[in-house]
Amino acid sequence: MHLPFRHSIARKNLMALTGGFLSFFLLIHLAGNLQLLLPEARAREQFNLYAQLLSGNILIKAISYGLYLSILLHALYALLLALSSRKARGGQAYVYDHRRQASPWYARSMGLLGSILLVFLAVHMKDFWYVYKFTAIPLDEHGQKDLYTVVATAYQEAWYVLLYVVAMIALGFHLLHGVKSALFSLGLYHPRYRLWAKRASTAYAIAMTAGFCLIPIYLYFTQNPA
Amino acid sequence: MKITLYIWRQDNAQAKGNMEKHALNGLNPDMSFLEMLDVLNEQIITAGGDPVEFDHDCREGICGQCGLFINGRAHGPLAATTTCQLHLRHFKDGDTIYVEPFRAAAFPVVKDLRIDRSAFDRIIQAGGYVSARTGDAPEANALPVPHRTAEQAFDAAACIGCGACVATCKNASAALFTAAKVSHLAMLPQGQPEREHRAQAMSAQMDEEGFGHCTQTGACEVECPQEISIAHIARMNYEFNRGAILKP
Amino acid sequence: MKLDAKIPEGPLAEKWGRYRAACRLVSPANKKKMSIIVVGTGLAGSAAAASLAEMGYQIKAFCFQDSPRRAHSVAAQGGVNAAKNYQNDGDNAYRMFYDTLKGGDFRSREANVYRLAECSAQLIDQAVAQGVPFAREYGGYLANRSFGGVQVKRTFYARGQTGQQLLLGAYSALSRQVAQGQVQLFARHEMLELVTVDGQARGIIARNLDTGKLERHAAHAVVLATGGYGKIYYLSTLAMGCNGSAIWRAYKKGAGFAAPSWTQIHPTCLPQSGSYQSKLTLMSESLRNDGRIWVPIRAHDQRPPNEIPEAERDYYLERRYPAFGNLAPRDIASRAAKERIDAGFGIGPQKNAVYLDFAHAIQEYGEGAIRERYGNLFRMYEKITGRNAYREPMMISPAAHFSMGGLWVDYELMTSLPGLFAIGECNFSDHGANRLGANSLLQACVDGYFILPNTISNFLAGQLTAPAIGPSHEAFAAAEQSVALQLGRLLNIQGQRTAGSYHKALGALLYDKCGVLRSREGLQQAIKDISALRADFWQNLKVPGATETVNSELEKAGRVADYLELAELMCRDALAREESCGAHFREEYQTGDGEALRRDEAFQYVPVWSYQGPDTPPELVEEPLLFETVSPTVRNYR
Repeated sequence: MHLPFRHSIARKNLMALTGGFLSFFLLIHLAGNLQLLLPEARAREQFNLYAQLLSGNILIKAISYGLYLSILLHALYALLLALSSRKARGGQAYVYDHRRQASPWYARSMGLLGSILLVFLAVHMKDFWYVYKFTAIPLDEHGQKDLYTVVATAYQEAWYVLLYVVAMIALGFHLLHGVKSALFSLGLYHPRYRLWAKRASTAYAIAMTAGFCLIPIYLYFTQNPA
Repeated sequence: MKITLYIWRQDNAQAKGNMEKHALNGLNPDMSFLEMLDVLNEQIITAGGDPVEFDHDCREGICGQCGLFINGRAHGPLAATTTCQLHLRHFKDGDTIYVEPFRAAAFPVVKDLRIDRSAFDRIIQAGGYVSARTGDAPEANALPVPHRTAEQAFDAAACIGCGACVATCKNASAALFTAAKVSHLAMLPQGQPEREHRAQAMSAQMDEEGFGHCTQTGACEVECPQEISIAHIARMNYEFNRGAILKP
Repeated sequence: MKLDAKIPEGPLAEKWGRYRAACRLVSPANKKKMSIIVVGTGLAGSAAAASLAEMGYQIKAFCFQDSPRRAHSVAAQGGVNAAKNYQNDGDNAYRMFYDTLKGGDFRSREANVYRLAECSAQLIDQAVAQGVPFAREYGGYLANRSFGGVQVKRTFYARGQTGQQLLLGAYSALSRQVAQGQVQLFARHEMLELVTVDGQARGIIARNLDTGKLERHAAHAVVLATGGYGKIYYLSTLAMGCNGSAIWRAYKKGAGFAAPSWTQIHPTCLPQSGSYQSKLTLMSESLRNDGRIWVPIRAHDQRPPNEIPEAERDYYLERRYPAFGNLAPRDIASRAAKERIDAGFGIGPQKNAVYLDFAHAIQEYGEGAIRERYGNLFRMYEKITGRNAYREPMMISPAAHFSMGGLWVDYELMTSLPGLFAIGECNFSDHGANRLGANSLLQACVDGYFILPNTISNFLAGQLTAPAIGPSHEAFAAAEQSVALQLGRLLNIQGQRTAGSYHKALGALLYDKCGVLRSREGLQQAIKDISALRADFWQNLKVPGATETVNSELEKAGRVADYLELAELMCRDALAREESCGAHFREEYQTGDGEALRRDEAFQYVPVWSYQGPDTPPELVEEPLLFETVSPTVRNYR
């Protein structure tokens, strides 16, 4: 099969670019979702309006197709690279293997972390995106689809919140290695900027994880007072 | 000192291998790891057995020929050390040590612990040189190279081609080896004319040989006897992209 | 055997220019049709193979290592000399020529040595053009350090890895030619026989070390670049695989062997710590730039070095040789160390070492500066010994290192066997009886890059009409058969002792009788002992395995078999030379204060040995050394 980006460095570039785009999207996504932390009435109004706004905008639509494509390519090429790396390792594995001492676990486990994220994504899309787009959900007092209630209801369940937190931690580690690694793949080699890239990607990973975890936890506790 | 060894035995590239147990007594802690293997082979030969084949030559950490996977680590437990510079004083009396060859599809086993690393030669042949003819080269001091640049180029050029980076990489990637040469020549003025071509050609050969891609886990720079930084891989990526964009 | 050095006419400084102006060339069309075998891919071999391939010849390059880049040139640490006079300290080709000639104790040819100095500057240009990252000053210009036996700074260096960087330069040039199809590379191949037809070298028999198969390779000329045979002492600074087999087998096919006993014992190596030891690691001579050598003033002083006060230290090199001090040439420094050790002043657990102290330099320049200059050497020292040389002095000891002796070559680097060339350390040419530090890399490079490409064309121009000889020629069949027979013989002894144990025994014997100090009685005894050891070898050797497979024990056995013969020739040579010169020091011939006593009236010649058959003593032929430009003086480094 002849796919574009046959060269391994080119494939890494593709991973970096698609990953970078997805990371950028996360930032916007989080900013929007932080509205859920507003007082309930205000949050409901604003969040539903925001959802309506996004679903009607042609530009957002275009971007969303870019997102789907990025996810698809990122996953597909991750799979191809993983297969080639398996082939490169050869048939015989090390009998006694302590290589884990030489590198952080999450850097070696990007495939696993990514797979968790993919499964999470499917659940996430089914529960919110699909529900919002393709099912009849009640309207709020302004006549907009009440996505806020759908979200808030979902986060009443402890197991569901836990699922989210686990997935977001996986996301955190994926980003911790991924963002830095993406900059690296694209050729950011200067020692000084590399240091800053490392710091920035660590800060970014922590911010995303904290932010996305906060929302379900907050909603859980405000709806289930002790 | 007493050491129990589990050593990989394999007749040739096609054969299936297995770990073989040997017990050694009366070893000296000042002995190098390879000297211990000398003692082992002396013992095996005297007993009428087939000695263990292993790669080694200079025994001072510079030729890059030795390379064993010792207790699950490339070149053993120490950082920045080749197998030949590893000494028994870093093990405890009574230890069990597992010895395997560097493994990768591109490094087929020749026999026992001996492997074929000619893939590295072919990566260099693809472009790891300055096309300078023998004869009348320009006056050496005509082209000053800042001290810092020369030192950084040296850091990359110090690669001994042992293959520990490949052995330890989860993807069996030769990125650090290839990048060291790309980076060394990209930094020096002499390497400029072939810069675009070099990164492209060498990394293509790296793929061709069946090495994996780089996921920047950083394991290679930890095991590299010359402590070559993975920053050189980033530079290779930069050179690759620069070449891809500037290619006529 | 008749020897003609073929030194060109004319004043010293013009000889090489005149030669190049007059030598014959081979046209590009004819070069394509001519093939050359180059055995060895160290600096000399890689440089020659790459240069000849660039010129258009078809090259076959052989090495026993798994990659050309691993040849032992890689281990040279300190630097490479060149008369560039970048330091404005009065250096020039003549001064370098004189230093080298004097360093070699006036036992080499003026014309060869001058040519070496003359081509040295060009080599630096060449290496820099290849991208060799030599040390540079802050302004970006090349830096220099000084080395033993000279009073100028003419040594170029790349940290403590100059050999590696120069070799990688040559290897990259070679790789480029492999990619272009001009060089066929045969790694993991060992030359086991030279094939001669009508007294001319026409090819080799090589063994593929991965399959064990014997292969025939024919060519118009054979170039040996197989390095030195210092490993004959077993404990040495050389790599485990270094051997003298290629030149020894060439000698047995008729090439003259010059000055086999001139082997250099390097003063700054790590001392032996036990009987298991396989290697004595070199600590670069460059360390003597900043390190001071001393032993306690009292014999058998047990105190740790840092507790011995300044007044109770004997800086014996500074004391005996005030002009050169710690930078006295290697032979002198080794002898002085051995003298102190033998007199009971040795230090360390085995009392076999002397101190090399950096405390003064660290005080003067700071630890940072010393780290930048020698960091990797200090680190290597710590890895091997577990000691920190920034805090306490290094312990060093003399060890076998370089062989000045080798196949005799004329001015064209051709041996006494037509069509067989020898370059780099495996020949005897420029270093006389003692090599100066940082001249080895230079000679290997200059031979390979600049001299051989000119001289081999001069030879090949005369071979255009010679009949083509392919590997099916009967000479190849005979040579292959004799190799197969010898391999079979080694395997079939099935005795008790391994090749390694014979090698160790031989090494110990040579250190004792044919090392730093030699005497008539010792050498006579050594010849008997070697002969007995050799007889035992062929009775009691044990080589496991078979020929047609990977068998490193068989490789070792073949090399040791050759060493056992070469060792005897070394002792014969040392015995015949009744004088002390350079690294060859006969106890009977010394001055009142223990310095070498050279006897120019009787021994101003290069001894060349000619093989006469297995049971006949070799014949000694003399190549007189004529000094037209300088007059030999007593070497004085005081």
